[in-house]
Amino acid sequence: MNFVPKMNRRSFVVGTAAVGGGLALGFDLPLGPKAAHAADAPEIGAWVVIKPDDTVVVRIVRSEMGQGTLTGLAQLVAEELECDWSKVTTEYPTPGQSVARKRIWGAFSTGGSRGIRESHEYVRKGGAAARMMLIRAAANEWKVEPGQCKAAASVITGPAGQRTTYGKVAEAAAKLEVPTDIKLKDPKDWKIAGKPLKRLDTKDKTTGTTVYGIDVKVAGMLNASIKQCPVFGGKVKSFDAAKVAGMPGVKKVVQVGDNAMAVVADTFWHAKTALDALPIVWDTVGNEKHNSASIAKFLETGLDPEQPAFIGNQNGDVKGAIKAAAKTVEAVYSYPYQNHAPMEPMNATALYTADKCEVWCGTQDGEAALAATISASGLPAAKCEVYKVMLGGGFGRRGRVDYVTQAVNIAKQMPGTPVKMLWTREEDMQHCFYHPITMAKMVGAFDKDNNLTGLHMRISGQSILATVFPARMDNGKDPVTFQGLNPSGETAFGYSVPNLLIDHAMRNPHVPAGFWRGVNVNHNAIYVECFMDELAHSIGVDALEFRRKLMTKHPKNLAVLEAVAKKIGWGEKKPAGHFLGLSHMMAFGSYVAGAAEISVVGDKIKVHKLIGATDPGQAVNPAQIERQVAGSFVYGLSALFYGECTVKDGYIEQTNFDTYPSLRIAEMPPVESICMPSGHAVWGGVGEPTILVAAPAVMNAYFQATGKRIRSFPLKNHKLQIA
Amino acid sequence: MIHLTINGKGVDIDVDPSTPLLWAIRENVGLTGTKYGCGIAQCGACTVHIDGAATRSCSFPVSAAVGKQITTIEGLAQNGVLTKVQQAWIEHDVPQCGYCQSGMIMAVTELLKSKPKPTDADIDNAITNICRCGTFQQVRAAIHAAANA
Ligand code: FES
Ligand code: FES
Repeated sequence: MNFVPKMNRRSFVVGTAAVGGGLALGFDLPLGPKAAHAADAPEIGAWVVIKPDDTVVVRIVRSEMGQGTLTGLAQLVAEELECDWSKVTTEYPTPGQSVARKRIWGAFSTGGSRGIRESHEYVRKGGAAARMMLIRAAANEWKVEPGQCKAAASVITGPAGQRTTYGKVAEAAAKLEVPTDIKLKDPKDWKIAGKPLKRLDTKDKTTGTTVYGIDVKVAGMLNASIKQCPVFGGKVKSFDAAKVAGMPGVKKVVQVGDNAMAVVADTFWHAKTALDALPIVWDTVGNEKHNSASIAKFLETGLDPEQPAFIGNQNGDVKGAIKAAAKTVEAVYSYPYQNHAPMEPMNATALYTADKCEVWCGTQDGEAALAATISASGLPAAKCEVYKVMLGGGFGRRGRVDYVTQAVNIAKQMPGTPVKMLWTREEDMQHCFYHPITMAKMVGAFDKDNNLTGLHMRISGQSILATVFPARMDNGKDPVTFQGLNPSGETAFGYSVPNLLIDHAMRNPHVPAGFWRGVNVNHNAIYVECFMDELAHSIGVDALEFRRKLMTKHPKNLAVLEAVAKKIGWGEKKPAGHFLGLSHMMAFGSYVAGAAEISVVGDKIKVHKLIGATDPGQAVNPAQIERQVAGSFVYGLSALFYGECTVKDGYIEQTNFDTYPSLRIAEMPPVESICMPSGHAVWGGVGEPTILVAAPAVMNAYFQATGKRIRSFPLKNHKLQIA
Repeated sequence: MIHLTINGKGVDIDVDPSTPLLWAIRENVGLTGTKYGCGIAQCGACTVHIDGAATRSCSFPVSAAVGKQITTIEGLAQNGVLTKVQQAWIEHDVPQCGYCQSGMIMAVTELLKSKPKPTDADIDNAITNICRCGTFQQVRAAIHAAANA
């Protein structure tokens, strides 16, 4: 039963030429809108393949990990293409092909909710260009002007009633020049995009036939299990391979880099069993002295306003405002390390020969996976290739490629033999790029008339970029820290305060940090939105009323906030014991707000309802947006109630879902989602933004219910449970 | 040699009797629809039916499955016709990444066998699978739809 996944197609042909019986129309489109993160690589171009039977293959380079980007991007291409949606399929170009074609598709990176928001323009242009070429091919055949012809549902009609299909003219169309003067449809005329269509990848996911990285089979493949030094930064000091050499199925014991050991065996189970028995001595390089308490102490030093800090947002004179205040309110919040814990543990399969290195894996960034393959194999780019398969969840974790490097490293020690390396859940829990750890000291200043005159938010804690992209830092500052807090742009602060200072005292412990669904808005939203409620409460003003006053210059933030407030019945009479909470923020180009209705009995919080509103500018698939909102709330509530990775002797204590629990169906509150695209030109994302509103909305409701303000997380540490 | 009956077919595999059934199914039999998520009976991704009972195969030795009927996700559809649970899953567009869904569908299939019209409370009690994508709202709707199909 050996096979290679479907997308491993070696017959890929460059340029506009026949591909496997179909026709490929190549587009060399200009770059799309400027990437939000300046250091990001340019955007992608698109491919449409039309087969003689009218099947449309839309090429997608962003990775599908459950968020529905495959379907959404295909909808955008199909919309402009005017093709029959029932004939649409998708295919991933490989990163190696991208290199060979001089990066025609640009960045493959799938994170920061940018699958659609940063590629919608050029993929739509790809679809539109294809439609124009197909129409021109038909017009040429009929000797009429393209303007006299029309295309709909993959059928082209001419002025005299001529009729043909895309499949029939595709060959001629492929030889035509790609138009550059392309006018896109007004979204109000959309028929495929903007509609709640079903996903394209569902059926195989209900029959067990979808191939994830863990399922890849290559002829003659062996399996590897890996163990990295539990203490971050530690190294392999010694090991005793002879002890396990004779165990069932064992082929080889290999060191992987300077910090890991692996056993290669016929099956994973044999490899894991032998690895468990392998004596390894680690050099923990002094990092064994770190623990959660010492890390907290380290962060606390950054809360001192006199400590140097990077400024993220500033106006007026906050120090002066605090000094002159009739009253100040202060609070210190903190947020822990968290693991992404995608259901499929990290894995990759690699085959190395002196002449070629191939990798099969689920990755959020095919290009980064290829770069890792090139560097770990030592082979030139032209001799390396990565075949992407479905991801069993990503949430930011699979944007890192540490596991690709390891798989290639192992395969290099077994030349000619494909090896699949799979992490155990325990390995996955202890070797993440964790949600960064931070604290924030919030200080609000009121004048004698209870106007908020000043706000100082001092964040102390970890920079993600310092771990993963130090080169993208700005003179030592990590701009990503200020997501949701910036003076302007796609993650702008939603309040106007006359004297404002938001700054960051960077404190980087030895635990690696990474992008975790929602990234820095998760804690920033808790800090800001819970504190806004604290400020409102301190002067006895309704939480919504208090915000409204500060949001007159932020109508889009206010619109989503008002929408959830209305839907939850803010200010209306609620059943006895029910309490409400609100939150909002701008993130990843979308305006989002949340409202929670809860009741508290003893140490149990019952969330009766959680409402999320999102304004992403344009909504490409409302049904999938609704699912992203509900799913992000499960992820966000899991984090709020359970999510914490603690450090002991330099390593992470949690090892599996027994110590790092995740929400189950019984704990899932009913979620209502409001999708209210207002048409702003820069489209927002939907995979991440709404995650941020769940926790502050619930915590603000909890305060209403109990008068207790909780400022450290997760709630299990306060003996609180979700009912 | 261990003799198993999987999806109605007999198969002989050469494994240690203590090997978890999950790995025997995935690696020795070669059926990969059954997933590994935790290995400690926490997540349910590895759920199969053993004589009709939903079982977390990661924590079940292969030797204990001898002489029993094992059904995996691949064995649900008969002659290419999907079960009503699978159809409801498609109708409600349940899966996101999909990785947990084999186990979810196996657990739900057994629930509907023992409780053809489950209440929400029945669902809460019986379905304890982890889904990190958070598809629960769709899962619940699809269970009710399958029950009423
Ligand atoms: S893998 Fe068996 S329950 Fe998680
Ligand atoms: S659909 Fe991704 S874990 Fe459930």
